[in-house]
Amino acid sequence: MQYNDVNILRHIAFNIRKDIIVSLAEAGSGHLGGSLGLADVFTVLYFNTMKHNPKLPNWLERDKLILSIGHVAPVLYCTLANAGYFEVEELLSLRKLGSRLQGHPGRDHGLPGIELSAGSLGQGLSVAVGMALAAKMDKVNCRIYSVHGDGELQEGSIWEAAMSAAHYKLDNITAVVDRNYLQIDGKTSDVMELEPLIDKWKAFGWNVISCNGNNIKELVSAFDKAKDYKGKPSVIIAKTLMGKGVKSIENDYRWHGKAPSKDQSKDFIKELEVCNE
Amino acid sequence: MSKIIENKGNKSTKSGFGEGLLIAGFNKNVVAIGADITASVGVNMFAERYPERFISLGIAEQNCVAVAAGLALCGKIPVFSTYGVFAALRAADQIRISVCYNNVHVIIGGAHAGISVGPDGATHQALEDIALMRTLPNMTVLSPCDATQTALAINAAVNSCNGPVYIRFGREAVPDFTNENQVFEIGKGQLLKEGNDVSIIATGHLVWEALQAAYLLENKGIGVRVINIHTIKPIDYEIIIKAAKETGAIVTAEEHQIIGGFGSAVAEVVVQNYPIPMEFVGMNDCFGESGKPEELMLKYGMTAHAIQEKVLMVLKRKQSDD
Repeated sequence: MQYNDVNILRHIAFNIRKDIIVSLAEAGSGHLGGSLGLADVFTVLYFNTMKHNPKLPNWLERDKLILSIGHVAPVLYCTLANAGYFEVEELLSLRKLGSRLQGHPGRDHGLPGIELSAGSLGQGLSVAVGMALAAKMDKVNCRIYSVHGDGELQEGSIWEAAMSAAHYKLDNITAVVDRNYLQIDGKTSDVMELEPLIDKWKAFGWNVISCNGNNIKELVSAFDKAKDYKGKPSVIIAKTLMGKGVKSIENDYRWHGKAPSKDQSKDFIKELEVCNE
Repeated sequence: MSKIIENKGNKSTKSGFGEGLLIAGFNKNVVAIGADITASVGVNMFAERYPERFISLGIAEQNCVAVAAGLALCGKIPVFSTYGVFAALRAADQIRISVCYNNVHVIIGGAHAGISVGPDGATHQALEDIALMRTLPNMTVLSPCDATQTALAINAAVNSCNGPVYIRFGREAVPDFTNENQVFEIGKGQLLKEGNDVSIIATGHLVWEALQAAYLLENKGIGVRVINIHTIKPIDYEIIIKAAKETGAIVTAEEHQIIGGFGSAVAEVVVQNYPIPMEFVGMNDCFGESGKPEELMLKYGMTAHAIQEKVLMVLKRKQSDD
């Protein structure tokens, strides 16, 4: 089901955030900050932009989403469940023995909608290039979306992939960089400077679109622009807040790789509800 | 048995790979990925014949491997070939996660295997690739013994496998001695010579040396069984256990580090099923160096004579056990 109404999309993003908090509290570990920050990006992708069908997860002409940063698996799982790929209740099995919801996505566990087992940073853009090349060879009308962290761009293999996507003019790729300026050890500018980031992607031959990654309207327009651009792959630098929606933890890198306790999760959901009003 | 052996002169296993890949190209899903050195790894002929199915990605092995995973996830059968040191080691994490964990049908050609690469020296001599590749879940590891068998191996990798495959081959021209009508079945070892005193179980280029060692020993009245293992994983338990039981002593031979390599794979089978004395021929925990291939094989103990020495050692241990 695809929506153009911003209010509906905002409400879906709210539900996804709530599910992220609940499932991480139940799991007792996992990555809260980045998952919350990306909830709007995933909402727009799965409920507005992407061509997909939860009832036919292997449909040949579907758009494919590659989550290169496997550690934010909760935002993918919660989005897929809300889109109808599986029951929302299953989110409570996150990270548990025998679960289809592995700590980082694993295709071999059989969860519908998972395009790639991933978790080691810097590989997803290359996989997206492979898929985009295959689609061009077979003239399959689909787009490949890949989601990356800003810290992930410190991996050299990302730039090998970026070079090859431009070389083959893979305009069927839209990459998203979750630009929250934070990584596990702190600010990206302290750990390893990424700026001038837009210039880097431009120099590698990409169409670069910058937007507020927590603004539904801006995201819808950014993905549309990327879809219409011909001759180059597109990258959306989506500026997000780590922990977005829960005021007390927003922009706090200590929440990159942490899960809330069950008590904390109740407070976080209250904060989320205030933020949503 | 003797039907398998039919010496046709010298030829590199790399040429076997290139010719085999050309035949494998009849399958329209096969695509080849190049990392600049296509002529020296046997991919150039495919690239010329099927330019629309050749993807040049430059000197970027990590990207090559993960791009291959993406292609395979969309139904292609990508073949990525480069020097074994770069294929198996530089891109090891991509092979582990994007290829093996996703369990996709990607074929990785590891060229320049072993020390017989020669004058290029230690950096380009792949001596650790078997050890690394065989530990990865879902991976099939092939190590054919000559050009004819390498051509069969790449075709089997394309047509008889569904998951990741690593194929190892060398640059130096070596005896091309197996019959092209041989049965090549992934996971099945080949009995090349009968004998009941001792077994030499070899892989890759050293299979020929193993045969020569067996003939030398036969003149001394020792009956040597020679087995070629072209599939290191999944390994042929049956033929190894049978050799252990019937000959009571085994020498393994590989152009690779002894630690964690082919010999270790054979030993894992032997110690769990029928422990008997074993000796190992291979690189002894050191890097190679520049030199002519034959000089290096001699210096680092990977010739028929070196194998013969190890056979005599293992026979002593066997006799003291009796």
